[in-house]
Amino acid sequence: MMEIFDILKGRPEDADYKKKGVIVQGITGAYGSLHARNMMAYGTNIVAGVTPGKGGQKFDDKVPIYNSVKEAVEATGAKISIIYVPAKFFLNAAKDALQSGIKLLVAIPEHIPVRDTMEIIDMAKHKGAIVIGPNTPGIMIPDLIKVGIMPPMPFKEGKVAVLSKSGTLLYEISDALTKAGFGQSITIGIGGDPVNGTRLIDAFDMVKDLPDMEGMVIVGEIGGDSEEMLAQRIIDSGFDKPTVAYIAGRAAPKEKRMGHAGAIVMGTYGSAESKVSMFNKANIPVAKRPAEVPVLLAGKMGKSD
Amino acid sequence: MRLLEFQAKELFREYGINLLPSKSSTTIDEGRVHAKELGYPFVIKIQVPVGGRGKAGGIQKCQNDDEFELKYPQVMDLTIKGEKARAILLEKMADIKKELYLSIFLNRSKRCYTIIASAEGGVEIESVKNQIIKEIGMGDVSDEIAVQVAKEMGLEGKTAKDLVDTLKKLSKLTIEKEAELVEINPLAIMQDGSLMALDGKFVTDDNSNFRHPEMDKYQEKSEIEERAEKSGFSLVELDGDIAVVGNGAGLVMSTLDMLSDNGGKPACFLDVGGGATTESVYEALTLISQMNKVKKILVNLYGGIVKTTVVAKAFLKAYADGLIDLPVYSRLKGTESDQAKEMLKDSRTKIYDSVEDAINAAVMGDRK
Repeated sequence: MMEIFDILKGRPEDADYKKKGVIVQGITGAYGSLHARNMMAYGTNIVAGVTPGKGGQKFDDKVPIYNSVKEAVEATGAKISIIYVPAKFFLNAAKDALQSGIKLLVAIPEHIPVRDTMEIIDMAKHKGAIVIGPNTPGIMIPDLIKVGIMPPMPFKEGKVAVLSKSGTLLYEISDALTKAGFGQSITIGIGGDPVNGTRLIDAFDMVKDLPDMEGMVIVGEIGGDSEEMLAQRIIDSGFDKPTVAYIAGRAAPKEKRMGHAGAIVMGTYGSAESKVSMFNKANIPVAKRPAEVPVLLAGKMGKSD
Repeated sequence: MRLLEFQAKELFREYGINLLPSKSSTTIDEGRVHAKELGYPFVIKIQVPVGGRGKAGGIQKCQNDDEFELKYPQVMDLTIKGEKARAILLEKMADIKKELYLSIFLNRSKRCYTIIASAEGGVEIESVKNQIIKEIGMGDVSDEIAVQVAKEMGLEGKTAKDLVDTLKKLSKLTIEKEAELVEINPLAIMQDGSLMALDGKFVTDDNSNFRHPEMDKYQEKSEIEERAEKSGFSLVELDGDIAVVGNGAGLVMSTLDMLSDNGGKPACFLDVGGGATTESVYEALTLISQMNKVKKILVNLYGGIVKTTVVAKAFLKAYADGLIDLPVYSRLKGTESDQAKEMLKDSRTKIYDSVEDAINAAVMGDRK
């Protein structure tokens, strides 16, 4: 599997270093076109769009549209694709991408049946590809490349990695970090579904060896046990960069889905208490409010000096 | 969506899983007819979409007409974990030898389906001892795995054969109906060694609903929830008096947490989805106006590119239309917030710079 930074940024010897091409699937839809423009405005190199039946046309007079990802990849050599199609068309769109050699697939849509996600994860495993999402805001290296739907303002280039299940909390907490002087080296949206292409531990493995990383922020929420698994991985790996967590959903009732398909507590499985206590075990402070995250991070950094 | 026991059992029956005779009713008149058909003794079981029914008195043995007349209304009137009875299931009493546990669930962290089985069932899953756990990919259970599970459970003869059969049917049900969880607890061994599903739990993957029109009949939604879904909102009704509205599930959960930390009682969780427009906020206020318990509204919007003036318009329109007459405490992150504050300065909506300030004001009340 290619390293995430090699895919998003590349290496100095690459002809397309720091301007890796991105394909937008569903570029002519209302949502896809809006975000294609926003990504371009951010500086992301959108090299092609895909809308079956509209091949040969151009998006905004500059981005060529193809009927399939296969054609788009043959024409551009892009390794990154972002999907904006409605949930019921996701499975075919994602298969098209993975079968065409896409190595980083960002799945934005919400409401994707979990069996479709599982099928795509299995396929990605065989193809050596990374899937981010579904139901994710996407992934970005601030001030370099945005493959997602995040607004630009909260983010700034820096040295803190942010991994988040939630979209708006990713913006909220990155905003607070930026204001406190902590820019971000990378932000990865895990997504709010029960099954994620990239779990928190996978995202951690992607970023943990970054040489110039100064800290990490984990934004979790109730449901599942991916925060617990991550805390255990941090303990086992001896990872010692300053790390702070935030968990949403402490006040949520049990057995109710709180907006995200994956945000549900069953018995004690998925509860905020369980996650907080595992982070405590890993010596990772858990903020009570989003605004407290940079305060705790500054505290951790002070101690580690 | 979590089905009620009798609904799960309808699916079990369809898939040929052994069940005792049972009948569900919503009135005692209907129940009396069922009582005659079934004959005593039977068990009266409350139908609610939560666990812990037995402990709460929602499952009662019934030996004769007198007991029936006394217990049916008692069980019907129970509220368990905030859930009122949707129906009553009368089920024949069984003479059982032993209780087992069997389930197939979506293992989120392993990203595959997983069997959990145990020879010691009848208690909640957290207390089930000697769990046998098998990961089964996309949910298909081969004969080899099923036989292995039966063997590890220590079952023999007819019981082992029945377990293999039940497990394979459970697998088929999980795959075809796209379940997140199908559980039989207890799965009883009868005197003749056969197996019988005494209870049934079934949780669907709601995102797959569009492929399962046959499951629509199990959907249970209030009018408000249905309207919310049509607008693309997520709504969870709660017990308090402060409606909590925001964009993005994480942000609204976070707001709920902070409100509770400060002693406020949320009346609902309302996520209006990614963006925020005049229309979506107005529609959210419309939904809230239909909840009588709401006394105040707390709004937390993180609009990256949203103009707060656009949201302010929704509040002004809601007051002008007489839709709401409640104080709104809002934190609107976005552009043009000074103009928005100016627009709202004579209304009952106040804009705060931080969510903490908005929450404090909502909990403490207006102090104008």
